[in-house]
Amino acid sequence: MALSTIWVLVEVSPEGKPLTVSLELLTKARELAGTVEAVAWGPSTASIAATLGAYGATKVHDVGDLAGALPGVPVAAALAQAGGLPDVILIPHTYDGRDIAGRLSVKLDKPVLTNVTDLRLDGDAIVVGTAIFGGSVLLDTVFTGSGPGLVVVKPKSFAAEESGGAAAEVVALSVPDTGASNGAKIVNRHVEERVGPKLDEADVVVSGGRGLGEAGNYQMIEELAKLLKAAPGASRAIVDAGWVPYAYQVGQTGKTVKPNVYIAAGISGATQHLVGMKGAKNIIAINKDKEAPIFSVADLGIVGDVHKVIPKLIEALKARG
Amino acid sequence: MNVAVCLKQIPDPANPGKLDPETKTLVREGKLIMDDSDAYGVEMALQLVDKAGSGEVTLVSMAPNDEVSGLRNALAMGAHKGVLISDPVLQGTDALGTAKVLAAAIKRSEFDLVLCATESTDGYTGTMPVQLAELLGLPAVTFAKHVEVDGSTVKVQRQTESGYDEVESPLPAVLTVTAGVVEPRYPSFKGIMAAKNKPVDMLKLSDLGLDAGVVGQAGSGQKIVSVAQAEARQAGEIIEDEGDAYENIVAFLDKLKVI
Repeated sequence: MALSTIWVLVEVSPEGKPLTVSLELLTKARELAGTVEAVAWGPSTASIAATLGAYGATKVHDVGDLAGALPGVPVAAALAQAGGLPDVILIPHTYDGRDIAGRLSVKLDKPVLTNVTDLRLDGDAIVVGTAIFGGSVLLDTVFTGSGPGLVVVKPKSFAAEESGGAAAEVVALSVPDTGASNGAKIVNRHVEERVGPKLDEADVVVSGGRGLGEAGNYQMIEELAKLLKAAPGASRAIVDAGWVPYAYQVGQTGKTVKPNVYIAAGISGATQHLVGMKGAKNIIAINKDKEAPIFSVADLGIVGDVHKVIPKLIEALKARG
Repeated sequence: MNVAVCLKQIPDPANPGKLDPETKTLVREGKLIMDDSDAYGVEMALQLVDKAGSGEVTLVSMAPNDEVSGLRNALAMGAHKGVLISDPVLQGTDALGTAKVLAAAIKRSEFDLVLCATESTDGYTGTMPVQLAELLGLPAVTFAKHVEVDGSTVKVQRQTESGYDEVESPLPAVLTVTAGVVEPRYPSFKGIMAAKNKPVDMLKLSDLGLDAGVVGQAGSGQKIVSVAQAEARQAGEIIEDEGDAYENIVAFLDKLKVI
């Protein structure tokens, strides 16, 4: 048994490429449903039709350019009045994805499941897997009413693999009048430059936390990251404290990372943080407090002062050249 | 300027969470406290009202057992009054049902701005504020990391994957604010004493004209079918640093061929 149709929301980066999470969802959708179609918005959907087709979408419903509006209202409005809605709509767990999911949920009067990390079929019903309590408890949830089921999926839950399909057919999906709710407009975009590989794509991630003591010491993390060709990351505590931008945050409210090696320096390992990194293949933790929860997930735990251990590590790596 | 702040009262997150074996919903009994994430919205609201020179901060909360401890925390910070919706039929209500309840409560008064956290610490579905905005027919700007009100417009720096967007929205609007957007004040002794006498309007579902069918477990449209323990990650080698533990890290990285 399988579902008849799944639609996948495809978010596009400022550079015009579909986000990896959307490709992950297209890949998974192929396994669950006979027909997979995409929904995209922005000025240049036609240019990604080939990529979406290669990942299994036969059609892409194009909402078009949003003229500076935040996507939540117009995309949800377009979907709500689209004919022939599918059994399930898969939505990436991103800022805009959650906005669209919330709006659509009200318009269709359907529940929405978020923080999803697993999807499977039980007969012709979709079973939605989520992890709670810091990933220690796994829940399976089903929808009890009629579809479409709205499912917001965390990045990295599935692998993205091409199916070799032909370019998706682009069909326009019009936006009805949205009234006062569509009043918020983007007037300017700021891209924060990051050095090195992207946090959620890097093979090695080096993250710092409150144990660093002060903002200036984050420079150690950046230096170590550079030597290891790693992406620098951070715990929520130091992002909240303003030491580093939000884009660095690993955890429940930040990025989920699954690198080959994750180095946690001066991070105690609050549930909020563990959720975002415990899928790493190898974890190294350095922390003064030997009772810190981070050690319960570490493959190598160093009970010590980051201010002593990391400079020596940096020296040793430099000496190796 | 009148600001409503949605405030969730949750079990202390320092204690491990529990699921009700029968309903498989989060157990929310015992003393509840203000979700830390909501302190930023409360502080932001207080600052905006202060800057405007007039107006009030109203807290809106839905909680079991007439719980007001968390509301008192925020009233002690300086919020003017609270609205609490507490009703046994609300047990098991999901995010959409919660948004319906809060929207109905918020509609009873006029607000220029409704502030929420980006997500709660215990349930973290993160969709309630936008559902609320849709029910109120208002624009929403989520993940606000800087907020300024200029006449009838709110100017927001909204977090994005790659940086931030400057977003402008007419008022009234719903905003979700990130942790760190402002530094929440500590309640003063005077504030704590004053909070005890601040008004909290206690409402039942019937006061809001909502049908019991849209809330509670029955209204949620979803059912948890299984609960399982995740495979725990095994702790590995733990070494006390005697000055040369960095060598263990080098050896570990070497073994993995990372260096």
